[in-house]
Amino acid sequence: MSTMSKTKVFFLFSAVMRLVEFPFRLFLKCFGMRNVAWFFLAPNLIFFGIFSLLPVILNIAYSLTGGSEILLNDRTYIGADNFSDLLQCEDYMDPNSCKEDLFWRSLSNTTIFVFLQVGMMVGFALITALILNRKIVARGFFRSVFFFPVMLSPVVVALIWKWILQRNGLLNAGIEYFGYEKILWLLERNWAFFWSVFVSVWMHMGFYALIILAGLQAIPKDVYEAARMDAARPFVIFRRITLPLLMPTMTVVMLLALIKGVQTFDEVYALTGGGPGTTTTFIIQYIYETGFAGSPRLLGLAAAVSLLLACALIILTTIQFIVKKRSANG
Amino acid sequence: MARLMLFLTRTRGVKRLHWTDWFSYSYLFLGVLLMFGPVVWMVMSSFKTETQLMEFPPNFLPYGQIERKIEGFENPLPLFLVKKGDYQGKILAQSRRVGILSHLVDPDDPDTLIKINVRDREPVKEFSLSLDNYSELFERFKFTTYLWNSIFITVVATLITLLTCSMAAFALSKYKFKGKLPALALIVGALMVPHTVTLVPLFLITKSLGLFNSLWGVILPAVASPTGVFLLRQYMLTIPDEILDAARMDKASEWKIYWRIILPLSMPALAVLCILSVMWRWNDFLWPLIVLFDSDKFTLQLALNSFQGQHDTQWSNLLAMTVLVLIPIATVFSFLQKYITTGTASSGIK
Repeated sequence: MSTMSKTKVFFLFSAVMRLVEFPFRLFLKCFGMRNVAWFFLAPNLIFFGIFSLLPVILNIAYSLTGGSEILLNDRTYIGADNFSDLLQCEDYMDPNSCKEDLFWRSLSNTTIFVFLQVGMMVGFALITALILNRKIVARGFFRSVFFFPVMLSPVVVALIWKWILQRNGLLNAGIEYFGYEKILWLLERNWAFFWSVFVSVWMHMGFYALIILAGLQAIPKDVYEAARMDAARPFVIFRRITLPLLMPTMTVVMLLALIKGVQTFDEVYALTGGGPGTTTTFIIQYIYETGFAGSPRLLGLAAAVSLLLACALIILTTIQFIVKKRSANG
Repeated sequence: MARLMLFLTRTRGVKRLHWTDWFSYSYLFLGVLLMFGPVVWMVMSSFKTETQLMEFPPNFLPYGQIERKIEGFENPLPLFLVKKGDYQGKILAQSRRVGILSHLVDPDDPDTLIKINVRDREPVKEFSLSLDNYSELFERFKFTTYLWNSIFITVVATLITLLTCSMAAFALSKYKFKGKLPALALIVGALMVPHTVTLVPLFLITKSLGLFNSLWGVILPAVASPTGVFLLRQYMLTIPDEILDAARMDKASEWKIYWRIILPLSMPALAVLCILSVMWRWNDFLWPLIVLFDSDKFTLQLALNSFQGQHDTQWSNLLAMTVLVLIPIATVFSFLQKYITTGTASSGIK
C-alpha cells in the first residue's frame, strides 16, 4: 500500500473513531463512569447473546417439539419423544433395526471415521514434527509445505482430490500403467470411506504437526545434554525424555483432533456427498439433512441430535481444558 | 517399532549424513510431492482445453494441437504428421474427416486433396496454455457475482469482528467491574459450544431477523467470536496499565485511550485475528449452505460445490474456478507464512 492511501485509510479510521466519541459521552452521562466497561462490552455481548447464547437455550426448547413448522410458537410440544425416537432400537448392534436408522448409521460412520482419522493424523503429525525438529536444511520451507493445506477451503481440497480420483484421473492412469484395472474410487464403499479419511488427514495434519513441533521445541535442551553425558542411547532418550515431556501436548492434540473430527462435514460432503449410499454420511450431515435439506424439515429431531452432540463436545472440551491447565501448571 | 523410533530421534553426526538423515529427507521430499503435487496437477489441468481433459492417460503439461489458417478454408485447420505412405514425415492440415479417411491438404499447396487412413497420421502438438476455461467463467457464469459476495462477506465480517472483539477484550483486560467474571465465564462456555451444534435455532433467529438468504445473515452470527476476544485479551493483558494512567492524566477520554493507545499497541494480535477471520470467512461452507439458497447470493465456495454434479461434473470450468478460489489464500499464505505458522503454533487456533 502506498503512503498516500495509507494516510487516507488512517484518516477515515480516525474520523469514524471520533464520531463514536459522541455516543460514548452520551453513554457516560446516562450510566456514569462506573459502567464504562459495559460500553465496550455491549456490541460484542449483543451479538453474542443473539447468535450464541439464545440458540443454546432455544435448541433445548426445539428438541422437545415436533412438526415441520419453523416458528417455535406454532410447534407442538411432544416432550422427550424426539429422544426416544432416536434411541428406539431393537438391537443396538444393528442400525437397520432402529427407528432412526440413518442416525445410528451416521453415528457408527462418525465413530469409525474419527477413530481412523485421529489415529492416522496424530501418528503422521508426530513423525512429521519429530523430523522437522531435527537439524535439517530449509526447515521453514518444509514446515509450510505441510501446513499450507490447513489454509485451503474444504471445498477446494475436496475438488483437488476429486479431480485426481475421478474415473479418468491421475490415480487411475497410474494404476493402469502398472497393469491394473481402473477403480471407481469414490463409488466403491470401502475406497470412498478410505479417501474421505485420507483427504481430511491430508488437510489437517499440518496443523497438529505444528502444535507438536512447538511442544518439542519447548523441551529444555539441557535435559538432552545431560542424557548424552550419561551416554544414553537415542531410543532411550526418546522413550525416557521426549515422550514423557511431550505427553501433555499429545493429549491436547488428540482431544483437539477428536473435537474437530466429530464435527467433520465440509470436505467429506464436497468429496463424496455422503455416498455411496450412506457410507460416508457423518453426524453433522445427518443434522443438516434432517433439519434443512430434506422435506419435511424435521427441525425438532435435528435439534435433539445437536443437543446430544453438544453434550459430547462439552465433555471433551472440559477434559481438554483440565489437561491443558494441568500441563501449564506442572 | 523400536527401530522406527531410533530413526526419528537420532540427530545428525557432524561428519557425514547418517542414514536417519536419509530417511528424514526422503520423508520430507515425499511429503512435498504429496502436499504440492495435487495442487500443481489441478493448476496444470485448468489450462487444458475440454478435449485435452478427456485424454486418457492424461498429460502433465497442457499440450494443444496446432491449428493453422490456410487459404481457401474458413476456419483454422488442425495439423497432422503423416506416418506412412508417400507423404511420410510431412506435416499436413486436415480439412475434414470422412469415416476412417482423413482429407488432408498441404499448407503450401492448398488445392490438392490428399486422402489418408486416420491411423497413419498423428496430431502435431505444442505446449499451450488455454485460458478459455477462465474467460468462460466470466462470460457464461455469474463468477463476478460470487466473487463479490465472497469479498463482501470476508471484508465486512472481518472489520466487525476486529472492532467488537477488540472492544470487548479491552473491557475485559483493563477494567475491574461487577459482572466481569460472569462475562468471562460465558465466553469460555461459548468456546465449548461451536455453531455446528446450534444450527437449528440459529436458522430460526436468522430467519426471524429477516436475514435469511441475505449476506448479512452469513456475516452477523459469527462476529462475536469468543476465540477472537480471548486472543486479544491475552495480548492486551501484557500492555502496562501505566500507559493508560498517563493518558488519563492528560484528560484523554476512555474511548480515545482505546483507539489511540490500545489498538495501535495490540497490532500484532489484531493482525493474527485478521488473518484468522479472513480465512474463516473465505472458506466458510456449512452456514452459508443453510442461509443462502438464491444462486445470486452464492459465495464462491457454494458456487464451487453446486457446480459439481453428483455423477457428471463439468470439469473444465470447475478446475479454473477452483484455482481462482485458491489464489487469494495462497497469496496471503506465501507472504505471511512465517507469521501464520508461528502464530498458530503459539495460540493453537486455526
